[in-house]
Amino acid sequence: MEAAAELEDLKETFGFLDDWEERYAYIIDLGKGLPPMDEALKTEATKVRGCTSQVWMVGREHADGEGRVRLDLTADSDAHIVRGLIRILLMLYSGRPKAEIAAIDAEDFLHGLGLDQHLSPSRRNGLFSMVERIRALAA
Amino acid sequence: MNGPLGEITTVAGRNSFDVAAVRRDFPILSILVHGKPLVFLDNGASAQKPEAVLQAMDTMYRTSYANVHRGIYALSDAATGMYEAARETVRRFLGAADASEIVFTSGGTDSLNLVARCWGQSFLKPGDEVLVCESEHHSNIVPWQLAAAATGAVVRPIPVTDAGVFDFDAFTAMLSPKVKAVAVAHMSNVLGTIMPIKRIAAAAHAAGAIVVADGCQGAVHQTVDVQDLDVDFYAITGHKIYGPTGIGALYGKRALLDALPPYKGGGDMIETVSFERSTWAEPPARFEAGTPMIVEAIGLAAAIDYIEGLGLARIHAHEAEVLAHATDLLGRIPGVRIVGTAPDKGGVLSFVAEGAHPADIATLLDQRGIAVRAGHHCAQPLMVRMGVSATTRASFALYNTLAEAEALASGVERALAMLR
Repeated sequence: MEAAAELEDLKETFGFLDDWEERYAYIIDLGKGLPPMDEALKTEATKVRGCTSQVWMVGREHADGEGRVRLDLTADSDAHIVRGLIRILLMLYSGRPKAEIAAIDAEDFLHGLGLDQHLSPSRRNGLFSMVERIRALAA
Repeated sequence: MNGPLGEITTVAGRNSFDVAAVRRDFPILSILVHGKPLVFLDNGASAQKPEAVLQAMDTMYRTSYANVHRGIYALSDAATGMYEAARETVRRFLGAADASEIVFTSGGTDSLNLVARCWGQSFLKPGDEVLVCESEHHSNIVPWQLAAAATGAVVRPIPVTDAGVFDFDAFTAMLSPKVKAVAVAHMSNVLGTIMPIKRIAAAAHAAGAIVVADGCQGAVHQTVDVQDLDVDFYAITGHKIYGPTGIGALYGKRALLDALPPYKGGGDMIETVSFERSTWAEPPARFEAGTPMIVEAIGLAAAIDYIEGLGLARIHAHEAEVLAHATDLLGRIPGVRIVGTAPDKGGVLSFVAEGAHPADIATLLDQRGIAVRAGHHCAQPLMVRMGVSATTRASFALYNTLAEAEALASGVERALAMLR
């Protein structure tokens, strides 16, 4: 599915889920669908600090033939809920032109999903550590 | 509810401890979290405060507050009297011989840093050894590493067994004339194990080493008698025994405190000051530079009075009952492994579950209003030893109930069903 369509689908699904338990169950399911990350890529260098669980993230650039450089992201965590959040971040950021990444507001998007109220400050910090890493990879 | 916990019914309390009445003493326990009643099971990190503590602190600020040890006026005299009475309360609580053996600090970390720095700089030499149990909190490891780095001494870990029991044979085999200090928690903040401090002290003393006990958890779940334990130093913190943050205490044998240099320089810790030479006050003032945590000390004393009023033995019996119930229920959940299965445990229950990260479990429990800790609990060497990267930890206090233990177990069971 196209990233934009995926995000629309995500918003719509969250719109139906009014109970925290269903939302978390959905995030966990999203996490289970996260493409596997090569274990060899899980190193100290790719580790994202500031998360309550372990998170690794790598970026790979590719030219899209239209004069833009795009950033493809691969990431994983040892926690299911974090894997689900990673999946959402990848929908938002992965494959986008590097030049556009700084302008994407993950916080605003999660707020739109009604998800931010369920995230503890430490979880939120971890999320922003991941966003910071994505922005650093795009810089 | 379905599953292995389905048939559980609440067991009536078997001792006379009236937990419902006790809960009414803690205003915060009536709040809702995510719209659900708070089940507070992170007491090992910090405990909630009873009305008696809140009132004692509020009353002092309103009626008898001034700086201590200085003013020649009634209010300062009153405040000084209350501050020194608080010291006497801590002395009684720990069973020390004299109030001058109780130094007020900002907490357990501060107490342990004081010992490691002041005793370390005076008594450690290159090649000396400090033995530290591998289950220690970082606050009883890192200060010793700093002291070792400053003096050329070496820090060596004392192992624990797979069950989380202090390995006494390994410990005695490590003792030698090079060992100058042994630092062990009275109770592990992760495993819950009660460490055999009295036996450790006897063996350490026979080998010529001092014993430093971290009592931050131990003093909450055990009755402490520092003279009976024969420890040289014993560190406690106020906020884990229902007192305020920012206050702790260090017990030290008077002869040892006399031999130590000051910790920090400032007012109140001196005898005379001149630019040629300053001389130090006697303990405990020598270690209490500057304006102390006056109202916090009064709050700590109120907390001690409160728990002594309820009866320490009755509190500990109640906590043991809640711990046993929670251990039994969690142990029945398939794939759950309890980390720390020593026969002698205080109110701490760490566990891991197959296919579920501790942070996930804690997040899902939080949505049910249940507060637990997930992570390495400031004990990374212990995580490595136990073969886990993190645990979920429920830690119990005097106000926790058997029903809360059941809420924990059913919350964990439900979380695992969602995660697997």
